[in-house]
Amino acid sequence: MNDALSKRFRTLLPPLITIVLFLLIWEVGCLVLGIDEFVLPRPTATLAAYQKWQSAIWPNAWQTLFTTLVGFGLAILLGVGLGMLIGYSALLYSALYPLLIGFNSVPKAALVPVFVIWFGIGTMPAILIAFLIAFFPIAVNVATGVATVEPEMRDVLRSLGASGFDLFRKVGFPRAMPYFFASLKVAITLSFVGSVIAELGASNRGIGNMMVIASSRFEVPLVFAGLMVVAVMGIVLYAIFALLERRMVAWAYRGGT
Amino acid sequence: MNKPTAPPVCVDLQHVSLRYVSSGREVHALEDVSLSIGQGEFVAVAGPSGCGKTTILKLVAGLLPPTQGRVLIDGHPVSGPQKNVGMAFQNPILLPWRTALQNVLLPLEVVQPHRGQFRSQRRAYEERAHSLLHTVGLDGFADKPPYELSGGMQQRVSLCRALIHEPEILLLDEPFAALDAFTREELWSVLQALWTERRCTVILVTHDLREAVFLATRVHIMSKRPGRLIHETLIDLPRPRALEDTFKPEFVDYVHSIYGRIGQVRA
Ligand SMILES: Nc1ncnc2c1ncn2[C@@H]1O[C@H](COP(=O)(O)OP(=O)(O)OP(=O)(O)O)[C@@H](O)[C@H]1O
Ligand SMILES: [Mg+2]
Repeated sequence: MNDALSKRFRTLLPPLITIVLFLLIWEVGCLVLGIDEFVLPRPTATLAAYQKWQSAIWPNAWQTLFTTLVGFGLAILLGVGLGMLIGYSALLYSALYPLLIGFNSVPKAALVPVFVIWFGIGTMPAILIAFLIAFFPIAVNVATGVATVEPEMRDVLRSLGASGFDLFRKVGFPRAMPYFFASLKVAITLSFVGSVIAELGASNRGIGNMMVIASSRFEVPLVFAGLMVVAVMGIVLYAIFALLERRMVAWAYRGGT
Repeated sequence: MNKPTAPPVCVDLQHVSLRYVSSGREVHALEDVSLSIGQGEFVAVAGPSGCGKTTILKLVAGLLPPTQGRVLIDGHPVSGPQKNVGMAFQNPILLPWRTALQNVLLPLEVVQPHRGQFRSQRRAYEERAHSLLHTVGLDGFADKPPYELSGGMQQRVSLCRALIHEPEILLLDEPFAALDAFTREELWSVLQALWTERRCTVILVTHDLREAVFLATRVHIMSKRPGRLIHETLIDLPRPRALEDTFKPEFVDYVHSIYGRIGQVRA
């Protein structure tokens, strides 16, 4: 019990020290160099702004979290579906992949104005951007997992009369799970970034929108408080999905250790 | 001495040629291969790399149609995947998310008629898998995942998986090539015991002539690509063969004479 606790503590310690050091250098650096608050507020000033504006920050943060999770959920549904299809069928893969690459190459921020034209200012553009940004890595990872079944395994099962779907169900799909969960933790942070970007220009709610308003009023510490909240939420979301990954596909990790 | 009657022919390759065509280029892998194997025989095939040994196994398993000639099993032409075939390779390719037992059971989840009754017969099938694991010396490892097994143990599991559906033909593609000498020779004895018990027809591809002589009733040597069967040696040594026997002069003579044939192929 105690051992496990101290082990967890030891793994958490280095990143905590790094973060504290980072904030310390930032604080001291600003003081020593006499940097103006309008340019770069110190962490303590940011914290003060956070405390002062808490009641304004959190509803916006929840809004952003909401759009992120909705977009992300859509990305999982469609990404897994499409990933399975193109991993399973070489024909679909070669037919769809170039188009997918094309879509993925479009900077998502450039789509914000388009979505505003289509759906107006509001929640929709943020959800769509969160979706689009996460969709591609999920689909590609699932496809890779499904498609990289060992040829010998294919032979063994095919000689037993297995259909392509049997191969997928018994081998391809479980094989894809580590790839899938690995992609989730990357995709969730991307989704979150996507949401915030969309809110910067195309929403009247959310943490992105709050930062735009704050900067137009020269409330620079509030802008930074918003950034901090975004960063912390990003870390938490990543951690949740990293934990989920460890739980769900433990077999993929044991092999190497 | 009265000669035992020859067993019925199980695997019959008749003037088989095979050309692979990939991205416009043609590879002539096999040329006029004729090989007929009686039920319960143990045939080893050796030859230079790329001469088409694996290709022969794929033809027998029905994974490839011959370009010319015919492949028959029990007198019937092979026209698609053969269910009564078990296969094992150099790489054990176990599924890492399944335990040893679940890996062994995999073929039964796929092949008919077991597939249809897998749920209802699960107990009986698990019994069967346990007894196979027992035969290969893996008692107590049934519930271990592959990454907790050594390479030799994984290969044992892979052999069990190849045999679980009680196939008539066992196709082995350099199954022990990746193992250390001790483990390999231990597994020769395991394989010999399995074969003695089941009397299935075995085709073993190997680069190890001692392995071939130790296990087989007959050893074939192949030429360089395009592969042809160029020499055949009947191994007339008593069974069961023990590892000490590999130092006896008869055994060594067999290995030497086959080795000499391989030298001619290389020249
Ligand atoms: N799917 C394929 N497409 C094209 N060529 C192939 C294919 N499979 C095998 N070949 C070629 O056919 C020849 C015979 O291959 P095969 O795998 O049967 O050789 P092998 O005797 O098993 O060799 P090794 O001892 O190295 O395993 C090789 O030259 C190989 O390059
Ligand atoms: Mg081979």
